[in-house]
Amino acid sequence: MGRVFSTAALALFAPLAGAENQVNMSPGVTEIGANIFELHMLIMWICVVIGVLVFGAMFYSIYAHRQSKGHQASQFHESTRVEVAWTVVPFLILVAMAFPATSTLLEVYDNDASELDILITGYQWKWKYEYLDESGETVSFFSNLATPQEEIYNTRNKGENYLLEVDEPLVIPTNTKVRFLITANDVIHSWWVPEIAVKRDAIPGFINEAWTRVPEEGIYRGQCTELCGAYHGFMPVEVHAVSRDDFDNWIAAKRGIAAVQTALAEQTLSVDELMDQGKRVYGAACLACHGAGGEGGVGKAIAGSPVVLGDIAAHMALVANGVSGTAMQAFGAQLSAVDMAAVLTYQRNAFGNNTGDVVQPGDVTGAKNG
Amino acid sequence: MGDHHHGPAKGVTRWLFTTNHKDIGTMYLWFSFAMFLLGGFFAMVIRAELFQPGMQLVEPAFFNQMTTLHGLIMVFGAIMPSFVGLANWLIPMMIGAPDMALPRMNNWSFWILPPAFLMLASTLFMEGGAPAFGWTFYAPLSTTYAPPSVTFFIFAIHILGVSSIMGSINIIATVMNMRAPGMTYMKMPLFVWTWLITAFLLVAVMPVLAGAVTMMLMDIHFGTSFFSAAGGGDPVLFQHIFWFFGHPEVYIIILPAFGVVSQIIPAFSRKPLFGYASMVYATASIAFLSFIVWAHHMYTVGMPVAGELFFMYATMLIAVPTGVKVFNWITTMWRGALSFETPMLFCIGFLVLFTLGGFTGLMLSIAPADFQYHDTYFVVAHFHYVMVAGAVFSMTAAIYYWLPKWCGRMYSESMGKTHFWISFIGFNITFFPQHFVGLAGMPRRIPDYALQFADFNMMSSIGAFIYGASQLLFLYNVIATIVAGKRVSEEKVWDGAEGLEWTVATPAPYHTFEEPPAVPKPAGTI
Repeated sequence: MGRVFSTAALALFAPLAGAENQVNMSPGVTEIGANIFELHMLIMWICVVIGVLVFGAMFYSIYAHRQSKGHQASQFHESTRVEVAWTVVPFLILVAMAFPATSTLLEVYDNDASELDILITGYQWKWKYEYLDESGETVSFFSNLATPQEEIYNTRNKGENYLLEVDEPLVIPTNTKVRFLITANDVIHSWWVPEIAVKRDAIPGFINEAWTRVPEEGIYRGQCTELCGAYHGFMPVEVHAVSRDDFDNWIAAKRGIAAVQTALAEQTLSVDELMDQGKRVYGAACLACHGAGGEGGVGKAIAGSPVVLGDIAAHMALVANGVSGTAMQAFGAQLSAVDMAAVLTYQRNAFGNNTGDVVQPGDVTGAKNG
Repeated sequence: MGDHHHGPAKGVTRWLFTTNHKDIGTMYLWFSFAMFLLGGFFAMVIRAELFQPGMQLVEPAFFNQMTTLHGLIMVFGAIMPSFVGLANWLIPMMIGAPDMALPRMNNWSFWILPPAFLMLASTLFMEGGAPAFGWTFYAPLSTTYAPPSVTFFIFAIHILGVSSIMGSINIIATVMNMRAPGMTYMKMPLFVWTWLITAFLLVAVMPVLAGAVTMMLMDIHFGTSFFSAAGGGDPVLFQHIFWFFGHPEVYIIILPAFGVVSQIIPAFSRKPLFGYASMVYATASIAFLSFIVWAHHMYTVGMPVAGELFFMYATMLIAVPTGVKVFNWITTMWRGALSFETPMLFCIGFLVLFTLGGFTGLMLSIAPADFQYHDTYFVVAHFHYVMVAGAVFSMTAAIYYWLPKWCGRMYSESMGKTHFWISFIGFNITFFPQHFVGLAGMPRRIPDYALQFADFNMMSSIGAFIYGASQLLFLYNVIATIVAGKRVSEEKVWDGAEGLEWTVATPAPYHTFEEPPAVPKPAGTI
């Protein structure tokens, strides 16, 4: 019998040995995060003290006042004085808790005087980041889960940042008050990074504000925290806090890439270029619903699809406008002309579709303007 | 007594056409237990998938259907009907009434439930799958982006809302009109009080829920835009309406549980309930506060700071009347003559674990801290401590406590105690580690998780299987009692039990209190 129990205990607790198992909230790296952490610990300890007193009394009673020990029950059953005391004392404790809670909340809500504004838009199931700039040269990109399907479906060993890694992280400068404007394109999402103590719902049609000032360079990871559909668990947030100089270089490079993309949209690309780019775009935008082999899933199959094998303009219109009432989004505003041309070409030639059709960026801009 | 021509009808028509509060109570209890097993099975699917990181058993879309149906079935199919069943059995017997005030409506309010849940469960087999938007069904995930089965879900919610409202009207009418002479309000057993207040909450908020799902229906099928910003509506409006229902709803679940505990602890302490009047006032205060705290579920939606502060302060206040209740229970035990039969064990389990859930509730009320807790497993742990260790433990205690009176047979005490200890340990192995992963950053409602959460999730799953299995032992114990338990015939099955239900014969005859009883002494001394 004893052996059964110790084996059971081992089975339960053996996995705990060695691994890092965080059991408490992280104070994170920001001042607000540290304040929230202190508030959390303060209230937890108040609860612990009250709990020890209350349960102490209860367990003493359970120990000392048992019938089996021959204890006789007294019959007292009310005392107004006692009732008033245990109404007033907890009330005063609550008032004491309310002070630090209020001041921390006011800090969280102080969105003024930001030095950098970033618009965050939640999509099913990715984030779009736009760096708002008065000059009009807005840098914008999507941030998708980078963990490969093979890891999720257990055919390959899981990496260190399993489910918490993205293809393009959000980059912010350190020691800068960054204001996030948070919204969504389809359903409600919620943007959360525990280490920088920001969680705010992303609500379609409305814009929420939040801010942070990160003092240390580093990589901070989080996840979507509002159920947003099938792949809610697969839209992480990755924030890279870098020095101001690195940030300026990064944003300049981003602007350069945007310019190259605009230039590419004017050109005619080779089939190989389109197919390479298309495979990347497919992986980021289509794969979750339509499957790695185009076999379908949440969405319809791409392989052998009558839409894909049919008229190019109709195919493009469907991808650009989505199908209302289904999970098929309107990708027209999400994909650049190059990406759109590439993914259409890829879909029409991969998975045994072999139509031989090539869609050029010019066709996409032509369709948009025409 | 002895009126055998007034006994139950034979065969299935007894159950279909019955207007007897005991028959209807029994049907509610069995139905809710069946739903408890079904919702529990869905929970086992969830915990099996979460046993290890990576997707193993189900697809993410199906996982969401499981979490949604688990929540809906446990809240609306298991916990709520189980307490209605208890109310049916006990309220007439506790206030000295021959039956419920509206017996035919009573029959109807039960019999519309099974079709509603059959319809809800049938969505699993529909194209596009069952509802997958969580039991809180936030728009627009539950409208524009919902599977077609959402329409059946809306219809099911309507039916069970109708059922709840009818049940509540019946309880209010019974308590107000059918008390035996001398049974004044302040002599009523606390279980009756808590149910009276709960019934008012239900009548107030179920129509609000009906309004919410009707607006969803309009948005889905009739081109309105209540919850769509594109048409001038507001998705956050849905959350305000839902939680205006939803917060009173959690007290609808827990207040009758408070009532049960307030009956059982005095019985096994052999001492009157301490502070009867303050218990009544505390219950009423909790009910009032439940209407002005709803937006604490929505701290992250971007409310103005004044709104956040109001809802934070109001929510913190709930700790006061809840604290009064816990202090009163413990003072009731103080210097009593305690014994620890199964019902008392479950009540002590309730007391400890519900209070822990209350503590985490207080932590969650603090708005800035909630920015880190919100929608994580910390919340999941919190509400399972109050819903499972609160409502379900007290319900289990109630079954063990009143079953001998109902069927005239005693359950197996050793099996009951085994059930308690396995439940208690299994429950804590399941839900205690969820505080840790929540604080460490694991969001709720995800089918797969990052590697640092793996160990605690595995523990949690093992605990869930233990807790789940222990319910089968409970089922076996109850059936074995009804079929072959040791007969008991004394009216007061428990020596410390007080109240009119213990003055009738054991097992309770089909009709009780056809003549109103004399009410012996003030309920303050119950």
